[in-house]
Formats: sequence, structure tokens, C-alpha cells
Amino acid sequence: MQLTQRAKQVDRRPMTWLEKIYLWNIVKGMWITLSHLFKRKVTIQYPEQKRTFSKVFRGLQVLNRDEEGRERCTACGLCAVACPAEAITMEAAERQPGEEHLYKEEKYAAKYEINMLRCIFCGYCEEACPKDAIYLSETFAPSNYQRKGFIYKKEDLLIPNPKENPEAYQQALGERREAQAKK
Amino acid sequence: MRGNMYLLQIDKFFILEKFLLVGFIISLSMLVAMYATYAERKVAAFLQDRIGPNRAGIFGILQPLADGGKLFFKEEIIPLASSKTLFVIGPMLAMITALLTSAVIPWGPGLPIAGRNVSLQIADINIGILYIFGVVSLGVYGIMIGGWASNNKFSLLAAIRGASQMVSYELPMGLALIALLMLVGDLRMSTIVQDQIGKGFFNWHIWYQPLGFIIFFICALAECNRTPFDLPEAENELNFGYHQEYSSMKLGFYLFAEYINMFISGVVMSTLYFGGYDIPFVNEAGLGWDPWVLSVLGFVVLMTKAWIFIFIFMWIRWTIPRFRYDQLMNLGWKSLIPLALLNMVATAVVVLWLKK
Repeated sequence: MQLTQRAKQVDRRPMTWLEKIYLWNIVKGMWITLSHLFKRKVTIQYPEQKRTFSKVFRGLQVLNRDEEGRERCTACGLCAVACPAEAITMEAAERQPGEEHLYKEEKYAAKYEINMLRCIFCGYCEEACPKDAIYLSETFAPSNYQRKGFIYKKEDLLIPNPKENPEAYQQALGERREAQAKK
Repeated sequence: MRGNMYLLQIDKFFILEKFLLVGFIISLSMLVAMYATYAERKVAAFLQDRIGPNRAGIFGILQPLADGGKLFFKEEIIPLASSKTLFVIGPMLAMITALLTSAVIPWGPGLPIAGRNVSLQIADINIGILYIFGVVSLGVYGIMIGGWASNNKFSLLAAIRGASQMVSYELPMGLALIALLMLVGDLRMSTIVQDQIGKGFFNWHIWYQPLGFIIFFICALAECNRTPFDLPEAENELNFGYHQEYSSMKLGFYLFAEYINMFISGVVMSTLYFGGYDIPFVNEAGLGWDPWVLSVLGFVVLMTKAWIFIFIFMWIRWTIPRFRYDQLMNLGWKSLIPLALLNMVATAVVVLWLKK
């Protein structure tokens, strides 16, 4: 019975004299490796060249802002609940009068931390977020010498302010720019 | 008294000349071995569609220096349970025997300096090739002593493997060589080269002894512990082989000695079978060029031949998987020795027949 078309019949015939002395087969093998000497090399020179990630790559989290540069996060805690690795902690605070240009809604996250050593980059936080405040970007966490260097604070996670620094904001948006334009 | 008289007769120029030559050839072997490690990594990379070391200097040219520096600064560990003296002697022996072989190799035709003909051979002894064999078989002590002194079961097993392999493959190697020596009629290295020079490319011994060369080549691979015969360092069965307990530059010496051996065996094979410093398709004597030019050219040609052999060694290493131990022994004792014997008898018959 044949399940796939990929099955290959194995040659079980006894070896011929030419195969037994082994030298000819060695020459054939050497020819194959020699041809690889001139093939195009697949190496990517890492720090200078970087592999482009796919559009659905799930990398470091980014805390989003709206067009006026206000933080979208309302510290509802849904992302922390959804997180299977329990990597997210946050503390909520109430927006004071005069802070309207900083936070979009009346409640905001005073403290927001993601432990990148615990995070498994599943993207459930992005799915859980009702405010489109968190999404996974196309970068991965850079190496660090210390454990605490991997606990990302709110300042590390926040996207650059589109009002103050529009270029950096656009760059941080990356592939999401088109997706956001469609919305 | 007579001894003193004899000593006085040795002229100072001769001693200076030999010292310079020894210094040059030892540093040459070291340099070639250094860049052979680099070449090995590059060849391996290119055969596997990679680029290889390219960070230290342009194209990674300084990589061997970086590797050497790293090995020098590593912590030197001598295991408590080892035999300490032997443990230190092992890598020294490996290195010394590797460097000694180059003494009888003619590196080029002579140079006329100040009215003397300076030979580019450290010692033109009349048993040249026998000397090489003697030193190469001493090389087994480096492996054996290193493996024994480590007091490690894997090291010992590897050392035993290495010893038995080298002893078994010296036999067919010697037998293949006897056929060649019957053609030349002399053990002197310079005569072996002279025998191939003059009548052009087709006078090289490879055309008279193709089977002998193949046997010699296979044995040279085994003698250098190169793949497919690198059983003494089979890492999947013996962890790292006979130099497992070694660290720092002592390990470096073992690895380095392997590359020097590779270079020397390349040179020996080019000398014995590929005309030594003979430039192919050219009759050097008929050109009437300056002997200096001819010497430098001859040396470059010999080095090119040696590097081609080094490349082939590496090419084989990254193509062919390792033999099993019984396969190694079967090949040595049941195939190569009978073949070499056959080759020897056939050559003897032809030589005798031609003489009549």
C-alpha cells in the first residue's frame, strides 16, 4: 500500500565489484562536495545583515498610543489574565484633571512591567486587549547581563510619541502602519 | 685529539648556513600549519555552503593568531591523577617528531652564495626516506604517552587505537615505498628528486607507480590521523580522543602537530611521486636562468604541490565519514598489504626484465 508518492525503493542488490572497492564511490562523493565549493553561500552576516521577519512575527511587546500621543492602556488587566506565563504585572491609577493629554481614558497604568524571561511571545495579550493598547512587534529582546535587565518597564515598552517624535513613531509602527491605515 | 682536529675543520659558514636553514624551515612549517588551521575552517565552510571565519582581519586572515592567543591564555589544567611528567612530555614529543621530519626534504635546487653551492636541504643523508619513516613511527609515542598519562579510560582507548592504527598502516606504506625505491635504486631524498627531473612531466614517479601512490596516500591519511581514519579522536565514541584531558597550549600542540604532519606528508608525497621541486612541462636546465630564480621557483612549485595535498586532505575530511574500527583493520591488513605486496613483486619483475 502506498500512502504518499514520496516512497523510494531501496536498492538491496549485492554490491558490484566497483562498489566494493569503494574508491569510485568516494570519487563521486568528493565531486558532490567540490560542486558545493562554488555554490552561493547561505550565510547571513548577522549584525550587518538581518533576516526580514514575517509580517506575523511575534516579538517584543509595544504599548501603543493614539494619534494625539495619549496612552491607550486603561490598566484593565485583561492582558495579565490572558498571559499563560504570568509575565505581566501592572498597577492602575486614576487620571487627574490636567492629564488628559497624557492618557486617553480616566484610568491608566501607573506601572506596567513585562518579564521578558517569562514571556513566551504567544500574543495572547494582544488578542485580549480591548483598547488596541498592546501589540507584538517584529524585534526580539536583546541580550543582557542581568536578570533585572529583562524586566521591561512601561518606559521601555511605550511607543515613541507621534506628536513629539513622529519619525520614531512611524518606525516603531513598522508593518502595522498599513494595517492601521486600513482601520 | 683527532676528534678536536675534525671539529676544527668544520667551517663556520657551513654551520651558519645550516642554522639559518633550520630556522627558516621550522618557522615555515609553523606558519604553514597555522594557516592550514585557517584553511581547514574555510574549506569546511565552503564545502558546507558557509563563509567561515571572516571577522579577524580581512577575510579572517588573523584568525590563526586569535586562536593561538586564545589557547595561550587558557587555564592550564594537569589532572591530579595523571602522571605529570609524561603528561607534559606527550605534546612535546608530538610536536618534536612532527617538526623533525622536514630535515631531509630537498626544498629546491642549490643556491650559489659566495662561490659555494648551498644546498636547500638540511641534511642530505643517504638513508633519507628511512629517516622519515623512523621519525614518523616515533610520532606514535606522542599519542600513546599523552593518552596513557591522562589516566582517562577514553584517552587510553584512543591512544591504543592510534598506536595500532599507525603500526598497521606503516606496513603497507613501507611496502608501497619499496617498489618506488626499486625504481630509483637509492634512499637519498635528493636522488629521488633528481631521478624525476629532466625528462619532463612524464618522468614523475606517479606515472610508474600509480597503485603505489594510492596505497601510500591512504596510509598517509591514516598516519596523520585524518578522516576517514581519525579513530583516535572519534568524538562520538571517545569524547575527544587521546587529548581529551589536555587544555591550553598543550592541546594546541597536539592539534598543531597534526597540521604540521599533514604539511610534511604533503611535501613527502610531492617529493616521492610528483617530482619534488620540478616545474612541470619545463626543462629547467635548458632555460639557462639564474640559479636563484630557479631555486625560488622550485620552492614555490614544491609548496604549491604540498598545498594541493593539504587541500585534498581537507576535502576528504569534509566528505567521507569515519571508518569503523574493524573496517580500518580489514582495509589495512586484508587489502592494502596484499595490494602493496603485489605492486612490489610486479615492479621487481618489470625492473629485472628491463635490465636484461
